[in-house]
Amino acid sequence: MASVPKANELIAGTDHKPPKTGWMDTPVEFRPGTWCYSGKSKNLEVVGLPNPREWSPIDDDWKLPENWKEIIFEGLRERIHKYRSFQLFMDICVRCGACADKCHFFIGSGDPKNMPVLRAELLRSVYRKDFTLAGKILGKMAGARELTEDVVKEWFFYFFQCTECRRCSVFCPYGIDTAEITIIGRELLNLLGLNIDWITAPVANCYMTGNHLGIQPHAFKDMIEFFVEEIEEVTGVKIEPTFNRKGAEILFITPSGDVFADPGTYTLMGYLMLFHEIGLDYTWSTYASEGGNFGLFTSHEMMKRLNSKMYAEAKRLGVKWILGGECGHMWRVINQYMDTMNGPADFLEEPVSPITGTKFENAKSTKMVHLVEFTADLIKHGKLKLDKSRNDHLKVTFHDSCNPARAMGFFEEPRYVLNNVCNHFYDMPPNTIREQTFCCGSGSGLNTDEYMEMRMRGGLPRANAVKHVHEQHGVNMLSCICAIDRAVLPPLMNYWVPGVDVTGVHELVGNALVMEGEHERTTDLRGEPLEGMEDSDNEDL
Amino acid sequence: MGIKFSLLAVLALVLVAFLGVEAIGMNYLFGVLVPYLAFFLFLTGFIYRILKWARAPVPFRIPTTSGQQKSFSWVKQNKLDNPSTKLATVGRMALEVLLFRSLFKNTKMEFRQGPKISYQWEKWLWLAGLAFHYSFFIIVVRHLRFFMEPVPGFVHLTESLDGFLQLGLPGLYITDLLFLAAVTYLFIRRVVIPQMRYISLPADYFPLFLLFGLGVTGVLMRYFTKVDIVKVKELAMGLATLHPTVPEGIGVLFFIHLFLVSTLMAYFPFSKLMHLGGVFLSPTRNLPNDSRIRRHINPWNYPVKVHTYEEYEDDFREKMIEAGLPVEKE
Amino acid sequence: MDLENFLTQHQSAILKRWFNFIIDTYPPETAKLFKREKDPFANPVGSTIFQGMQGLYQELVREIDPETASPFLDKIIRIRAIQDFSPSRAIAFVFVLKDLVREQSRAADDPEETLSQDDLTSFDGRIDRLAMLAFDIYVQCREKLYELRVNEVKNRTHRLLQRANLLAEIPDQEPSL
Repeated sequence: MASVPKANELIAGTDHKPPKTGWMDTPVEFRPGTWCYSGKSKNLEVVGLPNPREWSPIDDDWKLPENWKEIIFEGLRERIHKYRSFQLFMDICVRCGACADKCHFFIGSGDPKNMPVLRAELLRSVYRKDFTLAGKILGKMAGARELTEDVVKEWFFYFFQCTECRRCSVFCPYGIDTAEITIIGRELLNLLGLNIDWITAPVANCYMTGNHLGIQPHAFKDMIEFFVEEIEEVTGVKIEPTFNRKGAEILFITPSGDVFADPGTYTLMGYLMLFHEIGLDYTWSTYASEGGNFGLFTSHEMMKRLNSKMYAEAKRLGVKWILGGECGHMWRVINQYMDTMNGPADFLEEPVSPITGTKFENAKSTKMVHLVEFTADLIKHGKLKLDKSRNDHLKVTFHDSCNPARAMGFFEEPRYVLNNVCNHFYDMPPNTIREQTFCCGSGSGLNTDEYMEMRMRGGLPRANAVKHVHEQHGVNMLSCICAIDRAVLPPLMNYWVPGVDVTGVHELVGNALVMEGEHERTTDLRGEPLEGMEDSDNEDL
Repeated sequence: MGIKFSLLAVLALVLVAFLGVEAIGMNYLFGVLVPYLAFFLFLTGFIYRILKWARAPVPFRIPTTSGQQKSFSWVKQNKLDNPSTKLATVGRMALEVLLFRSLFKNTKMEFRQGPKISYQWEKWLWLAGLAFHYSFFIIVVRHLRFFMEPVPGFVHLTESLDGFLQLGLPGLYITDLLFLAAVTYLFIRRVVIPQMRYISLPADYFPLFLLFGLGVTGVLMRYFTKVDIVKVKELAMGLATLHPTVPEGIGVLFFIHLFLVSTLMAYFPFSKLMHLGGVFLSPTRNLPNDSRIRRHINPWNYPVKVHTYEEYEDDFREKMIEAGLPVEKE
Repeated sequence: MDLENFLTQHQSAILKRWFNFIIDTYPPETAKLFKREKDPFANPVGSTIFQGMQGLYQELVREIDPETASPFLDKIIRIRAIQDFSPSRAIAFVFVLKDLVREQSRAADDPEETLSQDDLTSFDGRIDRLAMLAFDIYVQCREKLYELRVNEVKNRTHRLLQRANLLAEIPDQEPSL
């Protein structure tokens, strides 16, 4: 019987468990799948970010600048004086623990340093040491610690392991927002040239060519025209979008992910069809061809630099107002930063729907309207002919994207649209939607493939709730209003809940929209046969 | 380690007061000088900290929205969780400050077999927090009777409400029990829940021990080893009217109590206890979500380097012309 | 006592120890949450693992049928395959049952209530079959992870390549009848 391994032998296993030390004294370990590739120097140079060089997080030497401590110290001091939020959040946390089990990365990975309170303490401990009396005198007893290279590595590991989703801040009695701390934490890291490729490359591309992939203007136009052909195949209707057109009434901006990556492309087809059907006088821009803003994941300044294109282009083209597509963090930037950073938009007019005459009172100053608001208003006024049954092959649920949820409060509009374009809609359990929604696990620039393992952990709570409605109601389609979601939820579903696909809301609108002059539709926008049309499809082949 | 250190620190404080009064007889130091100094530190420190926070600008309007935004007339806005006006924001703040609303949201839901959902009562933290803060507040109000002559009506009222049980003599105050129970709960929670223990610092244990010591010495004085109330009032009135005197024979317990209070006051502005003032300033709660409606001004907004349309066209002009895209300069 | 009866009789005790074993492979700060939090949406790791173990246990009472046992095993391993575990530790929970069942058997006072050597050998056989299944599932999960990575890289620019006529796609053809 001695040959049977004992339980405690198995638990010891082959992994080396480090001796139990307090969190301050436990350095991080960079294992594959849990960290992102570092930013390439050419991309840093394009936008003038500091310390461009080739390095990797698994190197021992991160090639920090000589005076890196001083840089961090000065950077901290500057930000304490510029942001009340930051200063306050450094000072007032009582570590009550209400946030601890609210983080999707904590729930999915079990790593205690992923508790939001601890993520903030990583930075607070250094702040205390240098900026508070108690920390200076009492040191560790006051929760202060010395800034070392290991601490910086820990910051890198954990500030690029937070998706700035703000779920913890909903439950904090003082409204401490970990996103705010992560944003500043990443700003500090950027001062030392510590950033990730999946953020800096889109930033550089967006800066130079207007969008994340660096698609040049002619190719951008070409892509959209490609979808025009696809729409004609499905509906028989020929659409003629315009680009960079002066004098259009409305400028439309959406994340470029919709143009280049499935399934966002189908959502884009939905936009095109809708605008055509209602005869909207609008234009695309190749200069402002990116709604997303990875500057938000770099620094406040970079966010402003990238965002400036929206107003600049609206002004140059002389439009009346701007319409924005389905995107998550883009809408955080528009709702909470854009007007302040790059406004006032006094060259634009207060947005009014040209179709219904509705004044968008809530966008009076920013002059930018969310497409889902716009569509909800169209439906409310009966301006769209919708055939819900064309989505009957789908059982749909809705993922509230973090930013429209917790930085905007955008809950009813998408649900109203969904309920008007499909017959089978089922919400997920209440503590996983609306302001309590779980992040996709890949937001804030972490949607890169080398990070897949961590993304699967972070996305587990979301997937788990989808699985519930999948099993209960046979849900097979997860809808969302965020381009990052559309890119990252498919692999998440593929791993955790096979059989559930991902869509934007306007793809479903496009399916249901009855267009003038269309031929009988036999497939949806993806070329999947509609219910009852399974046979008629074969002739095409 | 943090626990031991904090406990020893508080015990040392008790010992210092005991020896100082009992052995060396420095009654004036502990009865007058230390309280004055502590009060001075508290007041200036508190004001300094608030001003320091208030001086830091709020560059962006970043409320955490926990309900439906202001939208069309036919969409019901959740005004308290996502306010768009000043008034509603005051409402949100009031619920936050007076009822700890965010903490209350800490509901957990239980899924039993099948589709039946039941809500589990997971609000102990909220309840203990509320009990602690309110009983502390009431106890402070009750203590005003030592500093005022005649004692104002609201203090009498508070006392009689607090002592409505009319148990024992002198009458038992509910808040004394609640206070000690809540502090005990908050402490046990930190020790027993592994994740709480992991995040707790000495700075979390120390105030709890201090408050517990305060409560215990207070309770001892009131219900067990009586001190001379008349003389205590004499001392307190002296402090309040800036004519300090230290009457003989008050009892050392009182000086220990007073020394712990003094420590609390002096420690307050330099610690997490400042959340008392900070909660009012939190930009994720005290701003309406109206930055699309009204422009929020960032006082340090500065111009940044951008890639202009002209530069962009220069980069791609030929390709744009070839693709039939309009250009500014042919 | 025969194996089936023994396993059925001691189900709750063995299951509880088994569950505690697997949860104790997580840091203690987290283990408590995984054990106690009953809401499956706030605690997907703990609740899914528990469901999987309950199902597996029923399988063990009978002979192991790969068809029915796999989904339960999958629930548990799919989570552990993407967490910070080496492959051996990710599936160690299967082997530990050998020890847990022996301990349970030894603990019985009445010799009638213990398991015979034959029963133990038979039980070990079931565990071995389960372990082989577990190995397959673990590898499937890891393969899936890398497949997702590859697909994601492809999909990112797929439309663009398609448009630029850089993809030589062979059109789908109906098999000629």
